[in-house]
Amino acid sequence: MSDDVLRIRTPIGIKYQYSAGPRVSSHLLGLMEGRFVGKRCPVCELVYMPPRNGTCAKCGALLGEDVEVSQRGTITTFCVVNVPFLGQTIKIPYVSATILLDGADMGMQHLIQEVDAADVRMGMRVEPVWRPREEWQPSLENVMHFRPTGEPDAPFDSYAGHL
Amino acid sequence: MREVAIIASAQADNTSTTTSTPVEMLIPVIQQVLANASMTKTDIGFWCHGSCDYMTGQPFSFVSAVDALGAWPPIIESHVEADGAFALYEAWLKIQTGEIDTALVFGNGRSSSGDINRILTLQLDPYVVGPLWPDDRSIAAMQARACLESGVVTERAMAEVAQRNHRNALTNPKALRSGDHSIEALMAAQLVADPLRELDCPAHADGVTAVIIAAGDRARSLVARPAWIRGIDHRIESQNLGNRSMTTLPSAALAAHKAGVGNDKIDVAELHAPYSHQELLLTTALGLSESTTINPSGGALCANPMMSAGLARFAEAATRVMNGTADRAIGHASSGPWMQQNLVCVLEGE
Ligand SMILES: [Zn+2]
Repeated sequence: MSDDVLRIRTPIGIKYQYSAGPRVSSHLLGLMEGRFVGKRCPVCELVYMPPRNGTCAKCGALLGEDVEVSQRGTITTFCVVNVPFLGQTIKIPYVSATILLDGADMGMQHLIQEVDAADVRMGMRVEPVWRPREEWQPSLENVMHFRPTGEPDAPFDSYAGHL
Repeated sequence: MREVAIIASAQADNTSTTTSTPVEMLIPVIQQVLANASMTKTDIGFWCHGSCDYMTGQPFSFVSAVDALGAWPPIIESHVEADGAFALYEAWLKIQTGEIDTALVFGNGRSSSGDINRILTLQLDPYVVGPLWPDDRSIAAMQARACLESGVVTERAMAEVAQRNHRNALTNPKALRSGDHSIEALMAAQLVADPLRELDCPAHADGVTAVIIAAGDRARSLVARPAWIRGIDHRIESQNLGNRSMTTLPSAALAAHKAGVGNDKIDVAELHAPYSHQELLLTTALGLSESTTINPSGGALCANPMMSAGLARFAEAATRVMNGTADRAIGHASSGPWMQQNLVCVLEGE
């Protein structure tokens, strides 16, 4: 029985060429210039930042004009990560938050640092901390993390419709 | 059985490359098919999608396709990891349950995202055949060689298939390639996978097809001449190539019999035969005669948008019934090596 083949390895390699699409490309090119460029839905007029896959899922519509949004935003929801996992690069506990940038209608996910996890709260005002310019790529990873601005918290009503 | 008909279709232009994302490609075609049926998304009872994650290289990539539908208020939808024609079969079954009266079916794929001949290798048995990495053309060439050796096809007959499809595609603005080639030129062309030449092989394309089907009087109220689905049947052969006939297509013959192909004459057959010799095998399996016009669109030799090429055959056949150029037509879809799976649909006007 010990001669039976129980397992074989069959390596698979396929190369793909990924295309971001014309609508997401303007967002990625904006990140190369340190700007947050989103897009407006021509039907419901909501501003998507980032512009998902170039579409408004609610309307089933192609997103339209570019909209540059603010570098400041509000934490709408967040979670404190206390669980260690393989490949973790950030010291726990840390906070992953949904941030609604001023001028955008959809929150984006990012890391919150430079504040004790216990002090993070809904409504907290935050701003991005960019990596050194020479490290920039067409990626939201150009922003290392967001940190509190010290402004007064945004009132709940100002982001209640975006949760 | 509830009566069900194809009442509208739309196709994107077939292209060899595209910079748009798969979801961006879907939206104009979804909007067009709704417009062609004078319907809006709230008129659709069920949405069913065919695509393949191996083509995008992203697991669960099909989920993002729902973004193209405007799923608010919520919709009822489903997905098959297959050509959109198989999604149409699921939608037809869903209408049979009586739960819904209308369905929008779509298939899409970007063949250009990777090496499609190599991606198709992954549908082979993963233990014995797959690890040898035969590509799609090589597998098809083995079959073509067996057919030539046994005399069920000739190189001239294959060239005639290529000639007719490329000529037909001259009048199909959506086709990826077309042309008026002499038999001599076709037979003198360079071999790409002996005995196959370039124009014996599918014109892999990036594409989208969408179709709307509706039940009974709902269909009659929406269009003047619906293309009624009088029979539809799906049959599958062994995945093990060693168990398969290389020179006949028993699953296609059985599906054609069950769908009632032989009950009356067929005016038009749109066949999803990716390779020229396969169209010859399929014509025999379906029992088609000289009086049937085969692939007036140019078929898969002139545009093979993976995951929508089968549904495009349904759309082409239905269009000819709906505009009165045919009374009885076949839409056919296949998948897998050596046309392992066959879905045959008989469409009729009334
Ligand atoms: Zn919208």
